Amino acid sequence: MLDVAAQVWLVARRSIVRTLRQPAMVFPTLVFPLILLAVNASGLNAATRIPGFPTDTYLSFGLSVTFMQGALFASTTAGTELASDVETGFMSRLSLTPLRGSALLTGQLAGAVFVALLGTLVYLTIGVVFGVDIKAGVGGVLVLIVLAMVVASAFGAIGMLLALRTGSAEAVQGLFPLLFVMFFLSSISLPRNLIAQHWFRTIADWNPVSYMVEGLRSLVITGWDTTALWKGFLIAGAILVLAIFASSRALRTRMERT
Amino acid sequence: MRETASVARAVAWRQLHRSFTNPAIIVPSLAFPLVFLIAFAGGLSAVSKVPGFGYPAGYTAFQYVFVFLQAAAFGGFFMGLSIAADFESGFVRRLFLAAPHRSGLLIGYGIAGMVRFLVTALVITVAALIAGMNVLGAPAQIVGLLTLAILLNLASTCWAAGVAYRMKTVQAGPVMQVPIFVMLFLAPVYVPQHLLSGWIDTAAQYNPATYLLNAGRGFLAAVPHDTGLAFALVGAMVVLLGLWALRSLRRAERGL
Repeated sequence: MLDVAAQVWLVARRSIVRTLRQPAMVFPTLVFPLILLAVNASGLNAATRIPGFPTDTYLSFGLSVTFMQGALFASTTAGTELASDVETGFMSRLSLTPLRGSALLTGQLAGAVFVALLGTLVYLTIGVVFGVDIKAGVGGVLVLIVLAMVVASAFGAIGMLLALRTGSAEAVQGLFPLLFVMFFLSSISLPRNLIAQHWFRTIADWNPVSYMVEGLRSLVITGWDTTALWKGFLIAGAILVLAIFASSRALRTRMERT
Repeated sequence: MRETASVARAVAWRQLHRSFTNPAIIVPSLAFPLVFLIAFAGGLSAVSKVPGFGYPAGYTAFQYVFVFLQAAAFGGFFMGLSIAADFESGFVRRLFLAAPHRSGLLIGYGIAGMVRFLVTALVITVAALIAGMNVLGAPAQIVGLLTLAILLNLASTCWAAGVAYRMKTVQAGPVMQVPIFVMLFLAPVYVPQHLLSGWIDTAAQYNPATYLLNAGRGFLAAVPHDTGLAFALVGAMVVLLGLWALRSLRRAERGL
């Protein structure tokens, strides 16, 4: 019998190869965040003149948003692939094998996280080429990559949970607008202390996306801000654990059904 | 003429009935502009404190005009998707056989797109007023803003319909959407044109959407700006894209 690590590797390899074979899954993840970064960095550069704005260029401020958008795409990639496995009956065939549920879930995340990792490296490289100075240095870059992967895994796990609950790729695609709304109602465009509308700031305070983006952003524009970092890691990690736990329960139910 | 009107009325009625009884069609076209309005007017209102911003009606009104015109342009895109879906389901083939004057089909889709936009516009306007938007323009100027948006909606419907008639699949969605998206976001979305710098300033100068936004914002704040140029540009877009849609329709007729 294969041990768990070997099982994870088998599923992960399939997930990665399958994702990379579909340019429609990879291309938007890499390109759309960069287009939005280019537009926002120029269009909102005047915002850096607001008294108290934490950096001189909006490119540095907005770079962290690309990692979050990569995570958003990870959620739909992971969810859509798992849902299509349910729809095509692949999950039913897997249920006849000794594959562990934990190995299936971890492995399924790999494709989405791999694309998110590619995206993170591309965004970082382009950011640095265009003059972003990562204040936390080389060590900060490594921590940023790790945090971006935890965030991508958390969103990917949410996508998988929805896939297992609904068994429909179309329903997973419906998750995208909801997450899109959560992104916009956070501190992705301005620091929370500079959001002038009180009601919007309250929503941003309660929105977990704010803390994840602030954790990532702190490494780029501030340096080592331990408070922003632990909040970012804690919230992303908590979402990941909860979503994996709920997914494993949903997987058990789905396996019983098949 | 009467037959064309009859075809147009039937197609428009079917499209509207289908849109307003199917949440999967109507909800995104209502929700996205609202999200943009909330996110931009609410989350970015501090941008109005940038020195030299100087828009008298305030940031909510400034962003309302963008979202209003964006809803008009995206309304056309959604109508293009509906046409493409009709091709995929085989409904267009039956429409072509049944309609004595097929240009009536295009007019029908245009009317449906316009009515859908007017409903979206009403929702956005109510939301903006609840959020405390200042309206400084006179009623005639508000009508000017609405006219500008309706013409933009017609132009984008013609664009998307032309693509749908040529590609005949909903997978052509990005081909319809990306040019609209790029045109809108390479305009002065967040700050007035004079505060833009670098490449986006150059792009904005050559972008027709810039002048539509300037004129719309001028109407709402009662400080007319680029009005004649905006109407000339959007009028030209309606004519050129209308011809594009008609040629695409003729091509689709030949292909059946």
